[in-house]
Amino acid sequence: MKTKEFLFKYITLAAASLSILFLMGIILSIFKEGLPLFNDINFSDFIFGRKWHPTDEPADLGIFPLISGSIFVTLGALLVGVPLGVGSAIYLSEIASTNVREALKPFIEILAGIPSVIYGLFGMAVLAPLVRKLFNVPTGLNLFSASIILGIMIIPIISSLSEDALSAVSKELREASLALGANRIETIFKVVLPAASSGVISSIILGFGRAIGETMVVLMVSGGAAMLPKSIFSPVRPMTSAIASEMGEAVNGSQHFQALYGIAIVLFLITFLSSLLMQWFAGRENRE
Amino acid sequence: MKELIKVRDLNLHFKELHVLKSINMEIYDKTVTSVIGPSGCGKSTYLRCFNRMNDLKDAAIDGEIILDEENIYSRATDVTSLRMKVGMVFQKPNPFPKSIFENTAFGLKIQGKMKGSEIEGRVEQSLRDVWLWDEVKDRLKDSAMSLSGGQQQRLCMARALATNPEIILLDEPTSALDPRSTNKIEELCVELKKEVTILIVTHNIAQAARISDYTAFLYLGELVEYGETKLMFTVPKDKKTEEYISGKFG
Amino acid sequence: MKKRKILEFAGEWALKLSVGISLAFLFLFLFMIFSKGAGRLSISFLTQMPKNGMTEGGIFPAIIGTLSLTLLSMLIAFPLGVLSGIFLSEYGKPAWLVSIIKTSINTLSGTPSIVFGLFGLSVFVIGFNMGVSILSGSLTLAVLILPIIINATVESIKSVPFDFREAAFSLGATKRQVITRVILPAAAPGILTGSIISVGRAAGETAPILFTAATFYTRRLPKSVMDEVMAMPYHIYALMTEGTAPESQVPIAYGTAVVLLLLVLIINGTAILIRYRMRKRRNW
Repeated sequence: MKTKEFLFKYITLAAASLSILFLMGIILSIFKEGLPLFNDINFSDFIFGRKWHPTDEPADLGIFPLISGSIFVTLGALLVGVPLGVGSAIYLSEIASTNVREALKPFIEILAGIPSVIYGLFGMAVLAPLVRKLFNVPTGLNLFSASIILGIMIIPIISSLSEDALSAVSKELREASLALGANRIETIFKVVLPAASSGVISSIILGFGRAIGETMVVLMVSGGAAMLPKSIFSPVRPMTSAIASEMGEAVNGSQHFQALYGIAIVLFLITFLSSLLMQWFAGRENRE
Repeated sequence: MKELIKVRDLNLHFKELHVLKSINMEIYDKTVTSVIGPSGCGKSTYLRCFNRMNDLKDAAIDGEIILDEENIYSRATDVTSLRMKVGMVFQKPNPFPKSIFENTAFGLKIQGKMKGSEIEGRVEQSLRDVWLWDEVKDRLKDSAMSLSGGQQQRLCMARALATNPEIILLDEPTSALDPRSTNKIEELCVELKKEVTILIVTHNIAQAARISDYTAFLYLGELVEYGETKLMFTVPKDKKTEEYISGKFG
Repeated sequence: MKKRKILEFAGEWALKLSVGISLAFLFLFLFMIFSKGAGRLSISFLTQMPKNGMTEGGIFPAIIGTLSLTLLSMLIAFPLGVLSGIFLSEYGKPAWLVSIIKTSINTLSGTPSIVFGLFGLSVFVIGFNMGVSILSGSLTLAVLILPIIINATVESIKSVPFDFREAAFSLGATKRQVITRVILPAAAPGILTGSIISVGRAAGETAPILFTAATFYTRRLPKSVMDEVMAMPYHIYALMTEGTAPESQVPIAYGTAVVLLLLVLIINGTAILIRYRMRKRRNW
């Protein structure tokens, strides 16, 4: 009896501790493969170098174009996804009737589960030709198209998390505002939204993390040029897309291989910071 | 009267809060003993000392509760077998989301000592003891949640009785029930005391007067008065007791 | 006064519009995928091998590949996730360990899937010498979906009322018995919902299997977990980007997308249905 209790407890403890091990495994593996690169080139040349020609002799391993590709695509996605996602959340939690809300919520959840490669397919085969014709640009596979697809992709993520935050605002607060003569829209924007701000912000950070870490959509839709974008219709190569498309041809242990792991380090640090930030905001909500 | 339990100098703290103060009392075998007192006097906490349920809430306890010649707070006590000997029924009916049969058989099954047929017999007996058998015998496989509140509470009593405890603790068992179900539980207590000792916490003074042989009045964590119910309700010794049972505060 | 009225009107419409646009986008998206791919669906598309340099034939090996990756990763992640969830919500001591574990889980769930791919490549494929295989891919996917299962378990256990624990303890149950006989059965529908959603996630992921399990084309079905496989998400990507005959391969990509989409929709729909029925039936 006693030994069974003991065993059960420590089996669960061991299982839970594996998560630490996995995270350590991820960190160690990318650092182990990526760090040797910095024996040969210095870190700031890697981050701020303007040229990414990994297969040239000697290779140019500056990932600034890749970082800016990631950042521009992500900002573009937030420009699309935040207003639509937060707007939908406000509509669902504040304006829609219970029936409409109950019907739409599962629908949104299902959409959040659609594989990103299918969004990528849609971007390549439907959106890109449309963009090319509509704006008369040389290729529809560019920053603009990638931002739109990524933006659509993060709508369900932002909206379902924001909705939770908005629904958690107490009814009394709303009633107090309405009783003072504020109309519904004033109540939403001046009372409810500020009260839910921590949750809404953390939903946006989550959307950011999802967008900057997304691989398949940008790999298929962003065009793949490792250059600083000149306009919103320039093709770009975000970090994730560089890793995915080049790893296959990089020789195990070569400088190129190391540089791709170096990109993964940068990517990991960005998403790690954003998840810390998100937890901080989520924690702030609980503290309030 | 044979003493079943002796409480010796029992003190309980939750952190800084001194909840129970130097309680001494005896509980007599095959009787109904009620614990009364205003809300917040510590009566529920006191009840939970007898099956060490306060362990779940990190209470600091000193003093002794002696059951079967052994202090249940000694280091040698196995809490799980103690709880098999001391059954408990809670304020709100809390059957598990399982079938009526599984609920009643729960204690026996976790003991793991009995065969299926024995368990079935014991389940029937326990359900008969609480006058539930005729109402549920055709639907033992139905979820316990399909029963009415009063039936659920009697099922919880059957569940506690199934392991043949020496005493069962009732924590305001009728406070969530309608008057008819309350009556039934009260009658049941009087009937059950032939088999088992009952310790009941109640906020309903009339209930204590109706069903109990002994009554303990607890106020601010102290045992103010303890004695035969009849005597206490006719000639209370303490002024506070008199005020409380005559409804001056509560 | 008038300005306020106008603002109210504009505000309401802006919100309605944002839902409208979102839904329109999403419907258009689903409609285009289904309308272009549905015509492709047939028994032979599902059951035949690809032919003629993947310009004809079916996607049978990709379906088998996706199913085996998904099943195996679930087999690994489900028990680990549930056990971890039990530890975090029921034992929860020592506090420092719990807080490290929670931070690790949160970090894992925010890490890009391509980074998981690299982790799988250097640890499973190269480090443990498993090669590009179902096993490497499933292990990588298992680590990826573990946080989802853990969080689902923790949340569902949290929603089990304290009353049940108290009742079980009062009957003499040990902590382990309380967990396995009362808490887990009561939390099961919630755990199941979360786990099914994670199955959908595993089935649709591409980046983690790019370097760990997937291959563009193979003539044979996998014989063991040490074989590399075709997988539906990777098949779509490869046909769209590495294909040599777009006019015949893009329709196959659409067809594959419809199959994958249906699979994921059925999986997630089941999860949502279970949760809906559980909420309706639950009376505690």
